[in-house]
Amino acid sequence: MLMATLVGGLVLGGTYALVAMGLTIQYGIARTMNLAYGETMIAASFAAYLIHNTLGVSPVLGLAIIAPAGFVFGWLVYGILLRPLVARSKNIASLEINSILATFGLLFVIQGVMLVVFGGNYISYNYLNFGIEVLGVRVAANRLLVLFLAFVIGGGLFLLLTRTRWGTALRAVAVNPAAAPLVGIDANRAARFAFALGGALAASGGVVVSMYQTFTASSGVVFTMKALIVVIMGGVGNLAGALCAGLILGLSETLVATYISPGLTMAAVYIIFLGILLWRPSGLFGKVGK
Amino acid sequence: MMTATRRHALRYFGASAIVFATAAPFAATAQDRTSVKIGYAISKTGGNAGGAGITTLPNYQLWIKDVNDAGGLELPDGTRLPIEVIEYDDRSSAEEVVRSIERLATQDEVDFMLPPWGTGFNLAVAPLFDRFGYPQLAVSAVTDKAPEFVKRWDKSFWLLGGGHDYTDALAKVLSTASSEGTINSKVAMISVADGFGIDLVTAARPAMKDAGIEVVYDVTYPAGTTDFTSILNDAAASGADSFVAFSYPPETFALTQQAQIANFNPKVLYLGVGTGFPMYGANNGANAEGIMSLGGIDYSNEENMAYRKRHEELTGQAPDLWGSVITYSSLQMLQEAIKRRGLDRDAVSDELSNGTFQTASGEIKLEDNQLRTLWLTGQWQDGEYVAVAPADREGAKAPKLPKAAWQGQ
Repeated sequence: MLMATLVGGLVLGGTYALVAMGLTIQYGIARTMNLAYGETMIAASFAAYLIHNTLGVSPVLGLAIIAPAGFVFGWLVYGILLRPLVARSKNIASLEINSILATFGLLFVIQGVMLVVFGGNYISYNYLNFGIEVLGVRVAANRLLVLFLAFVIGGGLFLLLTRTRWGTALRAVAVNPAAAPLVGIDANRAARFAFALGGALAASGGVVVSMYQTFTASSGVVFTMKALIVVIMGGVGNLAGALCAGLILGLSETLVATYISPGLTMAAVYIIFLGILLWRPSGLFGKVGK
Repeated sequence: MMTATRRHALRYFGASAIVFATAAPFAATAQDRTSVKIGYAISKTGGNAGGAGITTLPNYQLWIKDVNDAGGLELPDGTRLPIEVIEYDDRSSAEEVVRSIERLATQDEVDFMLPPWGTGFNLAVAPLFDRFGYPQLAVSAVTDKAPEFVKRWDKSFWLLGGGHDYTDALAKVLSTASSEGTINSKVAMISVADGFGIDLVTAARPAMKDAGIEVVYDVTYPAGTTDFTSILNDAAASGADSFVAFSYPPETFALTQQAQIANFNPKVLYLGVGTGFPMYGANNGANAEGIMSLGGIDYSNEENMAYRKRHEELTGQAPDLWGSVITYSSLQMLQEAIKRRGLDRDAVSDELSNGTFQTASGEIKLEDNQLRTLWLTGQWQDGEYVAVAPADREGAKAPKLPKAAWQGQ
């Protein structure tokens, strides 16, 4: 029973972590609070649905097209919509407010386009919907894939950011965007790249979520909210933080659902969120307090 | 001189104002009317869009097209007037739906209003429909308080029954199967902690007790839950042969998938809203077989089948297998009532209360402003979502129990 709960929690947490990683990169490095993050995900979910249902191609293969498309989309959004705001903003605080307003508008644009194209109906399809025995517990193959992808993408990005010159430059921009140009880093280019990378992660998240979850054109907000909780809990801009926070949320949700009551899962999430913020105001791996 | 002209002018102005004021209503009702204005507010965006987009809006569009293709709404004198539509998006907000309905009544001055989607929204606008004197043919509203509402708002009509109707029917299906020895007399029950789930589970508890079915597991979960692993494990461990979920569509789909993964094979599997969506049958294929829910249709009803075909041709999607045909039928009733009594809203309401109508779901005669001949329980059988209760109604099929085990894919 405990084993089933633990495995279930890890798998659920993997989803949360994967969804939150893109947002944490966008917020941490590009300094833009992207409220249209969930909508980008849902757009990718629709793309995966189309690829699966009309072309009969596996969504995992679809990732090869959809993730780069998410990257290009992020690249364009940053260049066209956000770059002027960055140039205009006098400091980080005003940039954050401006980017929140701009992406809030973008949220409705993407949602509106999806509503016109796909309508407001519930969409779902069946992919890899069979059980696999893990440590004596039956787990859905599609959810296991999500956990696997979360670790691969999260781990890969972590290595990339900590072990490569290019990653060091990105982190330098995250730590101090004003000083980074002094050592020859093009801060604007790094920010744009980080935002586009976040877009690719959002698209990947959307594809994997669509494999097992029902979505509608208007369900993006839920993902943005959940991702935001994970990002803030883990520490803004920190990949390991997002992974940990995601797993903590997933585990606590399943533990509460099993041993207390399924009705209290939401309450438990927010209590843990509050508790962690009281204990560490900048999140689990937050760097501001250090 | 000056005062005289001014007085003349004022007198002329005043007189003409009176003339215009008295003439205005005549102008609106006279022969030169070129259309019938019909307005509605519906959730095209927001959380309710998924439900409204399948049960309500396509039927409004289909009906308006059907009527206008035929030359318009027929009036008692045999003339026809085309429908002019005024549509608002209530954005799934209760404040917005109230504002839109007020606007339709006072500013757009529509001749008739069609109701919004959802129990809560229909209750929210009922006082307005009543105050402005419009008949309200509430379809996508499941409420046990309909008899009370009819007393309070005499032009309100409730066409989808109440929670008790559905849970009593379910309890009867279970107790029959249990007395035949097909299943044991225990049920595990879960419900979404929101309008529909609360209403249904509240009605189900006494219904199960009266039918001699013991509820061994009874929990609620918050709307938006995506992971049911622990719930399904507990339900499987409870020893009940029947599993009932009063769920919303996203959870209905998730439960179906996760029950397969957990290899959870209850002998009766009854899920909530969404089971009757055509997509559900298409997505789950052979694994939909035997799953039960609310609603169902009689596939031998030719009018209903013709309606389904037209619906699919126009909107590109099949109608759902519970409320859709009732929505369309309610519009046919309105159309027929206008044909018999004209555009006078009181007369039309009276006709809706007392008349008998031929509709896509068969002959309809309301009792105390409520539709009482409803399909209450449906089951997927051989790729069709057939009605199985009430068993004594013509067209009902026998439920096939126990449900077969999941097939691998």
